Amino acid sequence: MIKCKTSKEIGGMGHSIKRKEDARFIQGKGNYVDDIKLPGMLYMDIVRSPYAYAKILNIDASKALEIPGVVAVVTGKDLEKYNLHWMPTLMSDTQMVLPTDTVMYQAQEVAAVIATSRYIARDGKEAVMVEYEPMKPLINAHKALDADAPLMRPDKEGQTNNHIWHWEAGDKEATDKVFADADVVVKEHMYIPRIHVASIETCGCVASYDKVDNHLTMYMTTQAPHAIRTVIALVAGHVGLTEEKIRVISPDIGGGFGGKVPVYPGYVIAIAVSFLTGSPIKWIEDRSENLQADSFARDYHIDVEMAGTKDGKIQATRFKVLADHGYTDASANPSKFPTGLFSIGTGSYDYGTAFMEADAVYTNKPPGGVAYRCSFRVTEAVHAIERITDIFAKEVNKDPAQLRFENFIKKEDFPWKSPTGWEYDSGDYHAGLQKAMDAIEYDALRKEQVEKRAEGKLMGIGISTFTEIVGAGPSKDFDILGIKMFDSAEIRVHPTGKAIARFGTKSQGQGHETTYAQIIAEELGIPSAHIQIEEGDTDTAPYGLGTYASRSTPTAGAAAAVAARKLRDKARKIAAYLMEVSEEDLEWEPGKFSVKGAPEKSKTIQEIVFAAYTNHPPGMEAGFEATHYYDPPNLTFPSGAYICVVDIDNETFEIKVRRFVAIDDCGNIINPMIVQGQVHGGLTQGIAPAMYEELIYDEDGNILNGTFMDYLVPTAVESPSWETGHTITPSPHHPIGAKGVGESPTVGAPPAIANAIVDALSVYGIQHMDIPITPYKIWKKLKEMGKI
Amino acid sequence: MHEIKFKVNGEEKTASVESRLLLVHLIRENLSMTGTHIGCDTSSCGACTVLIDGKSAKSCTILAVQINGKDITTVEGLATAEGLHPLQEGFKENHALQCGFCTPGVMLRAVELLEKNPNPTEEEIRWGISGNLCRCTGYNNIVKAIQYAGAKMRGAELPSTEPEFV
Ligand code: FES
Ligand code: FES
Repeated sequence: MIKCKTSKEIGGMGHSIKRKEDARFIQGKGNYVDDIKLPGMLYMDIVRSPYAYAKILNIDASKALEIPGVVAVVTGKDLEKYNLHWMPTLMSDTQMVLPTDTVMYQAQEVAAVIATSRYIARDGKEAVMVEYEPMKPLINAHKALDADAPLMRPDKEGQTNNHIWHWEAGDKEATDKVFADADVVVKEHMYIPRIHVASIETCGCVASYDKVDNHLTMYMTTQAPHAIRTVIALVAGHVGLTEEKIRVISPDIGGGFGGKVPVYPGYVIAIAVSFLTGSPIKWIEDRSENLQADSFARDYHIDVEMAGTKDGKIQATRFKVLADHGYTDASANPSKFPTGLFSIGTGSYDYGTAFMEADAVYTNKPPGGVAYRCSFRVTEAVHAIERITDIFAKEVNKDPAQLRFENFIKKEDFPWKSPTGWEYDSGDYHAGLQKAMDAIEYDALRKEQVEKRAEGKLMGIGISTFTEIVGAGPSKDFDILGIKMFDSAEIRVHPTGKAIARFGTKSQGQGHETTYAQIIAEELGIPSAHIQIEEGDTDTAPYGLGTYASRSTPTAGAAAAVAARKLRDKARKIAAYLMEVSEEDLEWEPGKFSVKGAPEKSKTIQEIVFAAYTNHPPGMEAGFEATHYYDPPNLTFPSGAYICVVDIDNETFEIKVRRFVAIDDCGNIINPMIVQGQVHGGLTQGIAPAMYEELIYDEDGNILNGTFMDYLVPTAVESPSWETGHTITPSPHHPIGAKGVGESPTVGAPPAIANAIVDALSVYGIQHMDIPITPYKIWKKLKEMGKI
Repeated sequence: MHEIKFKVNGEEKTASVESRLLLVHLIRENLSMTGTHIGCDTSSCGACTVLIDGKSAKSCTILAVQINGKDITTVEGLATAEGLHPLQEGFKENHALQCGFCTPGVMLRAVELLEKNPNPTEEEIRWGISGNLCRCTGYNNIVKAIQYAGAKMRGAELPSTEPEFV
């Protein structure tokens, strides 16, 4: 049971309060972007390239323009006149809005059709004739640096090959030495497949430019409305759209998961057309467009090695990554971290030496590399370390749980300096794994496995004990396009003691309207039911960098607590004045100040707030409002211990996840019900790449599964019944000791599942399989090995 | 153009529609009832699910002309003057929604499911809603919510809505 400091009525931290936002969603009253209709609104549809790499010889829009209701067809050449045909990516690379001569990936935007209805816009799109001269595309990242590879970015000055950047962390020399001297070295090549966030709502916008006021209102599916406003101003400032004339509204978002962080060409075209015509422009992409053209995630080729002693002590790790970024680097990482926080990949284990390097390349695939439910490449790193740890355990003949116990960083060794330079804030890895093993009855399972094997049955048990790194981030290191990654909260308490609070973040289903109110209730004692939360409107909310990478609780949540504490300090002064005692004589309990030793003498927070407007102390500013911009001193390091049990049919190789226990440690818990919901959802997004999802391209760059018919998002049938629990190791540096949880399960689940499947297949001598592991892949591998 | 007559949430409606107009667009655009959502273009996600004469159907897969003379229920028609539908209550009480985008479709699918099988097992629920994708919840709580609604509709004892997060 989680201990709560506040009563149920106040509803502070630890209470499983039902969500405030649900009332509108269950009654069909959510307000998603496609629900917005403005007078005179026109619809935009996008002509896309059938080729992965081709010259555009001609675009003939005449047939389209003959269709009644088609208002305009916009091409790259049209945008070029206003210098709006290129835009920056969040990684300071550049991306075409619409091409003027060459298309660089299949489904790339080629032209936009504007019409009076959705259907007519689609008719117009079908009628636009584009002549292409296809070229042989570069699809295989391993060939990107070959001498005969086509140059992807001749537009970039000084770019003579397809290399984007090189990155390193750790100590190469020391690591090489440990490896050279080690008793045991294991290595494996792992591919973390290109996947898609596939939120059920796709991306879209309504761009509405008012020619009279010279003002743009942009309703869009964005997880970071403020950053987007700044980006729009940077792109379009030269045509008069400066930042004070831009209002970005992020309405209800139907799932984001990182896919709604980047700026897509569709948004920019919609803005440009609205700017030129003065009409509101709606653009909503199809699912297929979403899967085929929007930001992908992952696509990392990783060589990972582990060195250790014969008796199973980990001594060093070495990682070499080839990152396929598609035709531009459009990830959304903090500027100084081209490979995100991949350097968390040394894991939960106590050793002092590691070296990592990564090289990124351009190919003829859609751009992206978004932080899909992931604090920037943590998922890739965790998969590699948790898989290689299992391989090492097997090599030294140790049970993988035992090996982990023997190598974990100990609870008393925190804060702990990692070999790649992080300072892990806190953790109790032993407790988490023990709890997971007890819950799943690990020893009994291992016994059962022995029996099953004797009967010729395939059963596997897989563990993942991951350390996460979230809450980006401290401003000394973390920025996006130069903007520091703080986040903000503004609290206004009305005279009658009810409040509104606004944030720079943006919920996409995480329940901020409920949890932020609980944080403020915890600090101020105002019932969370009386605290209204607003986000997503840049005209009203304080500036912040948005919601992704599990950063809302670590940053904006902290800002809420600190702003509320400022108000509590003010409340203390007012209470002292009202009761004519000194501040030191007052004692706080949630909801009121009372006089020490005379508890009958007290003032409730509501009385105090009322006084702030009606009877405030002389010399004090009236009102009861506070704002805080929270700059975290460090990141937070949530962790988890996951155990998965699979049964595999030894003829069809169908994989059944029999049980999955997830024990998460996200520090102090704001709302257990919501945390558990986040874990459930993240786990299903973890089984997805482990067993089902991958964006597959053929050698000509055609996507082979770009629709929901064949991109296999798990249904309730594939998704197991998750068993969840927690341990609590508060973050010592976070104002409320919380750490963030959204992405942990998506990060931690795939290696647990892969480890379980490989464990089952180890009877055939299999050491590794790349995810997604499917019955077909197993069959194929066994066939190749001559085992069947 | 075709003149059609139909009922939505008990109300008589008429509309003049193109042959190709999809039911989901009739509902969302012509009738401005935006609780029914669109999540795909291949009839895979179920975000657009409504009831036609009491049977769940993906409204992106049906032409508006096909509902002439029929009776449609959308999420906007679930609650009554007495309050929320047991499924709406079940979803809220059990935290069976996060972003809420899939929710109307899942609930409407579940209306038919519970009508045919008032006390479904977990397995039956999972198969029963396998035409609806949810990217947020991981489905555990959707199963609980449907069981809760089933219990409520049968007049049985309501299962606990406390999270099993120990
Ligand atoms: S929108 Fe109808 S099934 Fe996806
Ligand atoms: S709640 Fe977001 S898709 Fe189901």
